[in-house]
Amino acid sequence: MTTQLEKNEPGLMAKAVKEGVFAGLIAFGMFLLFVGIETYQDINNQLVWRTRWGLLAIFVAIAAIGRFLTVGFIKPHLDSRKLAKAKSGVLEISDQKSFFHKHFLKIALLFLVCYPFLAMLIFGRQGSLKYVDNFGIQILIYVMLAWGLNIVVGLAGLLDLGYVAFYAVGAYSYALLSANFGFSFWLLLPLAGILAGFWGIILGFPVLRLRGDYLAIVTLAFGEIIRLVLINWTDVTRGTFGISGIAKASFFGIWSFDVGAANNFNKAWGLPSSSVYYKIFLFYVILALCLLTAYVTIRLRRMPIGRAWEALREDEIACRSLGINTVMTKLTAFATGAMFGGFAGSFFAARQGFVSPESFVFLESAVILAIVVLGGMGSLTGIAIAAVVMVGGTELLREMEFLKHVFGPDFTPELYRMLLFGLAMIIVMLFKPRGFVGSREPTAFLKERKAVSGSFTKEGHG
Amino acid sequence: MEYFIQQLVNGLTLGSIYGLVAIGYTMVYGIIGMINFAHGDIFMLGGFAALIIFLILTSFFVGIPVALLLLVMLIVGMLMTGLWNWTIERIAYRPLRGSFRLAPLITAIGMSIALSNFIQVTQGPRNKPIPQLVTDVYHIGALTISLKQILIVVITAILLAAFWFIVHKTPLGRAQRATEQDRKMAALLGVDVDRTISITFIMGAALAAVAGAMYLMYYGVASFNDGFIPGVKAFTAAVLGGIGSLPGAVLGGLLIGLIESLWSAYFSIAYKDVATFGILAFVLIFKPTGILGRPEVEKV
Repeated sequence: MTTQLEKNEPGLMAKAVKEGVFAGLIAFGMFLLFVGIETYQDINNQLVWRTRWGLLAIFVAIAAIGRFLTVGFIKPHLDSRKLAKAKSGVLEISDQKSFFHKHFLKIALLFLVCYPFLAMLIFGRQGSLKYVDNFGIQILIYVMLAWGLNIVVGLAGLLDLGYVAFYAVGAYSYALLSANFGFSFWLLLPLAGILAGFWGIILGFPVLRLRGDYLAIVTLAFGEIIRLVLINWTDVTRGTFGISGIAKASFFGIWSFDVGAANNFNKAWGLPSSSVYYKIFLFYVILALCLLTAYVTIRLRRMPIGRAWEALREDEIACRSLGINTVMTKLTAFATGAMFGGFAGSFFAARQGFVSPESFVFLESAVILAIVVLGGMGSLTGIAIAAVVMVGGTELLREMEFLKHVFGPDFTPELYRMLLFGLAMIIVMLFKPRGFVGSREPTAFLKERKAVSGSFTKEGHG
Repeated sequence: MEYFIQQLVNGLTLGSIYGLVAIGYTMVYGIIGMINFAHGDIFMLGGFAALIIFLILTSFFVGIPVALLLLVMLIVGMLMTGLWNWTIERIAYRPLRGSFRLAPLITAIGMSIALSNFIQVTQGPRNKPIPQLVTDVYHIGALTISLKQILIVVITAILLAAFWFIVHKTPLGRAQRATEQDRKMAALLGVDVDRTISITFIMGAALAAVAGAMYLMYYGVASFNDGFIPGVKAFTAAVLGGIGSLPGAVLGGLLIGLIESLWSAYFSIAYKDVATFGILAFVLIFKPTGILGRPEVEKV
């Protein structure tokens, strides 16, 4: 294929070489100072510098060769494939689905229910702790947050960059109310959600008249204000020190997971004392919360309010002319999303046993929003896949000890976590701007349900 | 009274820096209607470029005149960050032009995360202090004005004048204004829209680089996460002045600088960022067009 194209375009190789050299030069200019030179503090605490020409050469070479290959080989190949496909006239969408594809949800659910026990079977009791806690619970928290935000961004089309504020409200409500009044987790979980929902209404009321981008910035501002208040209002929140020793969740008040308690869960069931049982319990709690979020989202989409949200996302002016009260519609979406953020927050506080403003920085909001958008807005499955890939992938990076053998003992993979996360956001957006799952199942349809390509739906003007 | 005037001077200095960064936000928003979230990190890159050039020059040429040093820092920093922003626009924003509205915003957020972490990885997470470059201080009565404050304000004024000249008197500026008003029509009339947008990004980055270098000179320290808070403040400035309006960006920058320094002086330092964010929310809610912005008409 390539040779044929080369005949058509005799200058292709020359062009590829030219582009490659150009990309190398640009990369040299960009990285000369930031990669080629390292600044560090010497023993006298003076800032000094040394050169890293080798690393710079690697960066430049990657850019040049990458560009050369893209222009010379990958792009012509892709173009010719696209051309061949267009000529053959076969549509990409087919109704035939594989067994796995058809039963994906059931398989995924079954796997999730068995997951903690599988982890225990494979890695032993203490070994499974990491897999249940760091991977299972961590990813599910993000799934829940992303599904909550999906109601605001994916369904109602309101861009919210301060979602983490509601997460913080939920976490601090649980932490403060349980520390000061001794309320239990199961009482405070709904309460935290309701409080976060109230905050959603309070913050949402003035800002929801705004257009998309402006709304995004105002929500960002509110998110930061809440974080700054948490830092500075030290009498109540203990500032940056955070609140520690938050009560654990109990097994619906029947058994406790505190080690000293008389009705300790492990003792009552004759299990060896290990924190892994608490983690498994938490895993099922967050799984149930996730399923609740998904269920509510799916049901709401079929209700008039859910349809109003989606109509609002598609065209606000048309909505208004059809008599939909846009302010109330937006407010319910905002409050519902906030409520799920609050649930997730109180769960987070119970799981962590410690909350501090550090956990509620803007970056978290960006990560949650990124998961929603990368998953394909509005698609619950896509968002869950995105959460697994993005959060699980970055967690996996922590585990990559073998990289130390490749890059030397100073290499700490954690440092590259957010760098890779940022780059992944860009790359996924460039290649799949509609997210992993780009097609939508319409909620309202005539006669039969047909898959709608993502490019026919749009995200509202806010 | 002297205390008040002192705070005014401090606010003016800070406001000049914010104003320069705000221009980058407002120009990009005006021309392609996108919030360039990574612009704050471009500002941070500018600061780091200045820092590294400073270290190299002072170690090779001991006793180099400060004026020459500053000039080289600014020029190399401007070129370097201009190159960065040009590449970023080419790679991350241009392919998504015409895609759905959220896509460029998401890549911009991703770019912001990637840039600050790139600097953290390559230059280390610790704060980088440099010695004071300009130490002269003038006393007028009880008032203390340092030479670096004067320098910042003067450099800002010169740059703004140059910038105003480019936008209003050159063919390039005409192309920019045409593209801002109607991209399709401008393209039909022979304006190279892609090139104009690229140059807009380079110009915005150059101003941010100068702001970054002056921020470094003013505070004497650079850090990889310097981009976020000043970036949001500069964005607030752009919104306050009316996004899309160049004089508005400068005015907004000065106002934000003044509000910040007066708030810290008379109310509380701890809540100074809350004040900025509060103003941002307040302006957007009650006057989304800002002080000098044009009202936007929503069309079907």
